[in-house]
Amino acid sequence: MRSFARIAASFALRFFKYVNTASSKEPVVQLEQVRFAYGEREILRGVDLTVHRGQLVAIMGGSGSGKTTLLRLIGGQLRANAGRVTVAGQDLSRLSTSALYALRRRMGMLFQFGALFTDMSVLDNVAFPLREHTDLPAEIVRDLVLMKLHAVGLRGAAGLMPSELSGGMARRVALARAVALDPLLVLYDEPFAGLDPISLGVTGQLIRRLNDALGAASIMVTHDVQVSLGLVDYVYFVSDGVIVARGTPDEIRASADPFVHQFVHAEPDGPVPFHYPAPPLASLIEGATA
Amino acid sequence: MSRTTLDLWVGIFVAAGFAALVFLAVKVGSYSGSSGPTYAVSAEFDNIGGLKVRAPVKSAGVVVGRVGGIGFDEKTFRAVVRLDLDGQFEFPADTSASILTSGLLGEQYIGLDAGGDETNLKDGDKLQITQSAVVLEKLIGQFLFNKAAETPATAK
Amino acid sequence: MNAFGELLRKIGALTIDGIWRLGFASRFFVAVLRYSGQSFRRLPLTIREIYFSGVLSLLIILVSGLFVGMVLGLQGYDILQRFGSSDALGIMVALSLLRELGPVVAGLLFASRAGSAVTAEIGLMKTTEQLQAMDMMAVNPVARVVAPRFWGGVISMPLLAAMFSAMGIFGGWLIGVVAIGVDDGAFWSQMSASVDFRYDVVNGVVKSFVFGVAVSLIAVFEGYDCQPTAEGVSRAITRTVVSSALVILALDFVLTSFMFRGL
Repeated sequence: MRSFARIAASFALRFFKYVNTASSKEPVVQLEQVRFAYGEREILRGVDLTVHRGQLVAIMGGSGSGKTTLLRLIGGQLRANAGRVTVAGQDLSRLSTSALYALRRRMGMLFQFGALFTDMSVLDNVAFPLREHTDLPAEIVRDLVLMKLHAVGLRGAAGLMPSELSGGMARRVALARAVALDPLLVLYDEPFAGLDPISLGVTGQLIRRLNDALGAASIMVTHDVQVSLGLVDYVYFVSDGVIVARGTPDEIRASADPFVHQFVHAEPDGPVPFHYPAPPLASLIEGATA
Repeated sequence: MSRTTLDLWVGIFVAAGFAALVFLAVKVGSYSGSSGPTYAVSAEFDNIGGLKVRAPVKSAGVVVGRVGGIGFDEKTFRAVVRLDLDGQFEFPADTSASILTSGLLGEQYIGLDAGGDETNLKDGDKLQITQSAVVLEKLIGQFLFNKAAETPATAK
Repeated sequence: MNAFGELLRKIGALTIDGIWRLGFASRFFVAVLRYSGQSFRRLPLTIREIYFSGVLSLLIILVSGLFVGMVLGLQGYDILQRFGSSDALGIMVALSLLRELGPVVAGLLFASRAGSAVTAEIGLMKTTEQLQAMDMMAVNPVARVVAPRFWGGVISMPLLAAMFSAMGIFGGWLIGVVAIGVDDGAFWSQMSASVDFRYDVVNGVVKSFVFGVAVSLIAVFEGYDCQPTAEGVSRAITRTVVSSALVILALDFVLTSFMFRGL
């Protein structure tokens, strides 16, 4: 390994950086009474949420409950109408574009279907953030990328194009790309969507392992209850724009809350009704016969 | 595709594009004729006929400049034509200008006939001797008028 | 009465929507220019796009240019020989190509070959969240994706138009001189005597440059602005081709009336 010493040095530098920032006890992400609306349609109505370093947090909820919006607010893609979103001590609503970009260099995000750049090879995809944001020599970038790919078990696929990967492999490459800059905060948007059980298990384990290895904070938006409860440290349940329940996986499993109970046990009917609101069937039949 | 092949193709493309431009400039358009410094002289005409801006200015059949502008003098009621002459050609100060037509129905141009003066034309000078355009309608009218005047005389 | 009111409301909505899009496109244009620095500092990005919009359009441009020139040779000869001035064939072919057909036809071909490809590419990147992913990696997608494609098109277009015109003149020469038998010397000398470099050649290049800016802007804008669905991308591609064609023809009229009014 010709450049091993240099890589070791760069890792050591990064490690010291973590020691410095990790010593402060302040949370990585903090949301206080956050409200958000698309025009007239209110999506979030006063959300509080806190994520600390080293934590893997899941945000769960049904489709259209506002959990993806929540993730976008944390990533700075959307701005809250009211309340405060703080990431690494910085209030997102007060940041200029360049300051937001500076903050995003310390964030990684895994998109629902990976969002790999289709015109670049796997290696170039993972190297993309390194090449854009650092002046590291080409061979060091290459070695770093291979190490990241090795961590997700895909070092052998470095030369492939994204179109040649299976869904699960693409997700793992995207994961390697999301953590390429050793981020402080990693956001996962539906990391398990559309994966077979084996890939799902692998991806879940990787998310947990990477979070612990990086000492980062991770937020995962998902509706895959059983897998998530086995992985995460803390769960927030979102429904209709508010947090309806929160707790550790054990507390969630034992929860008596009807909504959580329905969700965890995947019951078809409960607080989340099976039927879309409609006039009673009887009135319809009567109207037809009359 | 590797970087070098891509660079090569783009290099060929750009070179071919510029080659086409050079071809258009040199072979198709008379690039050499219209470059270089020019100097302007003016001339007044009673009638310029169908003369247009950018029409050629020729001397002995050779293009020596272009018509730079056409105006109207409100006091003398004559047309004022600005000639942009190529800096490499010099003409005596008493050169005369006439508006001519190439062929029977061709475009109109200005012909310069060099005089014998010792001093040469300078930028801003005015040509004193001019000959207006031959207007075909006037010519025909004159011809018919003459014919009409002739006929009664021979009848007597 | 109610239907009439509905019609008026529709016209109003269309107008407002049109103005809104125009405003958005102008702001987008400013943003593209503002973030263009990177496309020149990191030249490989732009060179790649010149390859995709320029080099890959070469074949269609050269073949079309040859055929357009050959048709001009045939038609021009037929018309000019009625007036006994078939020697002027070179002038006619060269002026038609340099002033009008070169920039306009090359622009239309460029819009349907390269413009649609750029719209499709950017639209698909948006649909598959690649642009968002880039934004989340603190890389501005306008600077990294849009601006190089814009400049690639702007640089390619005048070169393609010049090649189209040159190829067309060659086609006209092939038909006029080689096939029909117009005098070779007369063809070239008459041509170079009445084609003016600044007036005809440069104005043609200016036209093709303006068309290049317009087509490239429309292509990147429609791609960036498309609905992120398969249907949205296909509609954006159609809009790129249609509005490019309309804008080229309208701009051509405006530019021609400014450039060639004196003659």
